[in-house]
Amino acid sequence: MIEFIQQFINGLSLGSIYALIALGYTMIYGILRFINFAHGDVFMIGAFSGYYLAFLFSFSTFTGGASVAMAIVILLGSMVVCSILGFTLEKLAYKPLRNSPKLTILITAIGVSLFLEYGGQLVFGADPKSFPTLLENKELFNVGGAAVFSNSVVVIIVSLVLMILLRIIVMNTKMGTAMRAVSFNHNVASLMGININRVISFTFILGSSLAAAAGILFGLNYPKVDPLIGIIYGLKAFVAAVLGGIGNILGAALGGLILGLVETFVSGYLSSTYRDAIAFGILIIILLFRPTGLLGKKEIEKV
Amino acid sequence: MKSKLYFLSTVLAIFLINLVKDSIDPYYYTILIYIGINIILASSLNLINGFTGQFSLGHAGFMAIGGYLSISMSTYFAPFFANLFGAGVFGENMTFLTVMILGGLAAAAIGLLVGVPSLRLKGDYLAIVTLGFSEIIRVLIQGMDFIGASQGFRGVYQYSNGVKSLQMLDNTQDSFIFYGVPKYTNFFWTFFIAAFIVYFIYNLINSTYGKGFLAVKDDEVAAESMGINTTKFKVIAFVSGAFFAGVAGALYGHFNLYLNPEDFNFLKSVEIVAIVILGGMGSIPGVIIAAVILTILPELLRGISEYRMIVYALLLIIMMLTRPQGIFGTKFKFKRKKKVESA
Repeated sequence: MIEFIQQFINGLSLGSIYALIALGYTMIYGILRFINFAHGDVFMIGAFSGYYLAFLFSFSTFTGGASVAMAIVILLGSMVVCSILGFTLEKLAYKPLRNSPKLTILITAIGVSLFLEYGGQLVFGADPKSFPTLLENKELFNVGGAAVFSNSVVVIIVSLVLMILLRIIVMNTKMGTAMRAVSFNHNVASLMGININRVISFTFILGSSLAAAAGILFGLNYPKVDPLIGIIYGLKAFVAAVLGGIGNILGAALGGLILGLVETFVSGYLSSTYRDAIAFGILIIILLFRPTGLLGKKEIEKV
Repeated sequence: MKSKLYFLSTVLAIFLINLVKDSIDPYYYTILIYIGINIILASSLNLINGFTGQFSLGHAGFMAIGGYLSISMSTYFAPFFANLFGAGVFGENMTFLTVMILGGLAAAAIGLLVGVPSLRLKGDYLAIVTLGFSEIIRVLIQGMDFIGASQGFRGVYQYSNGVKSLQMLDNTQDSFIFYGVPKYTNFFWTFFIAAFIVYFIYNLINSTYGKGFLAVKDDEVAAESMGINTTKFKVIAFVSGAFFAGVAGALYGHFNLYLNPEDFNFLKSVEIVAIVILGGMGSIPGVIIAAVILTILPELLRGISEYRMIVYALLLIIMMLTRPQGIFGTKFKFKRKKKVESA
């Protein structure tokens, strides 16, 4: 039973990382109807900016300077870095193509993704970096070798707070209302006096900062980061977004948690060899039986 | 009929060049073969991405299926094939043709399995599904010990007592023969298949039947309302693309004499996509020229190979922003002369 609880907490913490990335995918899809392939790499840049910010603030665990305040500063700092990145990417690469065929935008997104990955390899170096311990990882409880660590719980709590914040922004602010309006219909929204470009930029900023937070939380739980982690985590988060119903914010959070739990339980109880194949297996099954995802609505194509 | 003439004379030329292939410098010969393989890969992807307007990102997966299946057949069943076709040049080529077709068919079968459910979806979903599928293939191969798992596959030791092993065994006195992957791929096979696929696609696209592919690309809803079974056309394009990718995998395996699951990762798929996009989606000659350029370019950039992927990435972005129709664009196409002027 205690092993089950341990797996459950690990699964939830992995799942909340997926969920944070998936939120970005789903919001951008909701507004622009395209898959931002480069989103996983924004997550990677988030992790790396956390890594470099930690050194910038001459803070390292090796001297034992872990503090909560510092961790929050680094989290916010990396969110700012990725917001700027997301904003710039949208303006340079996606905005000129807004009226192009979908395929053109998709290929551009793949290009941007490769550029960030291999540019990252050039700038940061291809070898995995060990992420500094921002918060001391205490053992919360330990029964018969099955331990639950504080950082897993921190990851869950921070993600929960961010998701609640996002919910408030989307549902209760003027910008959030504008976002929802744009996701319904661009033309009508702009007739109502909404500045579409500003809403799209805001969505990119919001999504990228959530990905950055996911990057820092990833660094808390997993000691190594490298420039190519964005590929696999981005893809899995995308699967999570599809699982929950792409375009649906609640669905992305739900999908992320489900995927994290399934993956942890399968690799914990069955076999860890094929853990990367599980996510894609889920994707193919969901697309076969319920292409709109768990919470998605079917879209009717009008001619 | 003119196209048949072109095809036959090209095959004749390929056959003649093949006679003098031993006098070509081995380094250039290798590049030539890779050019041929890339033409096959890119043309087959062009049928899916260019002519039918779908977006597959899993071509490396089909290549892996064809490659692994064919090299494991030609090593594990080497004695069987030698009995069946004889040992000489004729036997070798017959064996190669058989394993190549089997590799292609296996890839096509898997393509059908993946394609039927996923081709009902719209472009970006298909990209993710095919990408996911090729990752699954790679992970599965990494778990299969009889084809070398993540160590890669070179050949197999066959012992006289019937034991087959990838490593040399210490605890047995039986005699053994090592069957390495045979070097069957040569200039003729590579370019014969390249010429064949170009001929095949050209005739398919220009047939009355083939207009269906272009209709699906131009407007799926309109095509469907004209009575075209869009799913059927997408599946046909996808399955024949997969078949040729499998054949290309077989050619690659029997030339490199070694396959590793890492040869078929996501980047391999991206490389093929980059060729199609550079040449122009839906342009047969454009894709051939792009295959030549993008095979030679990495050789020229060897000194700065760490920039290679960045060059590819920028190539994709800049092409899409400035010339989404490819460098050669729509002007540069094989076209049949219009017989009837539009009224």
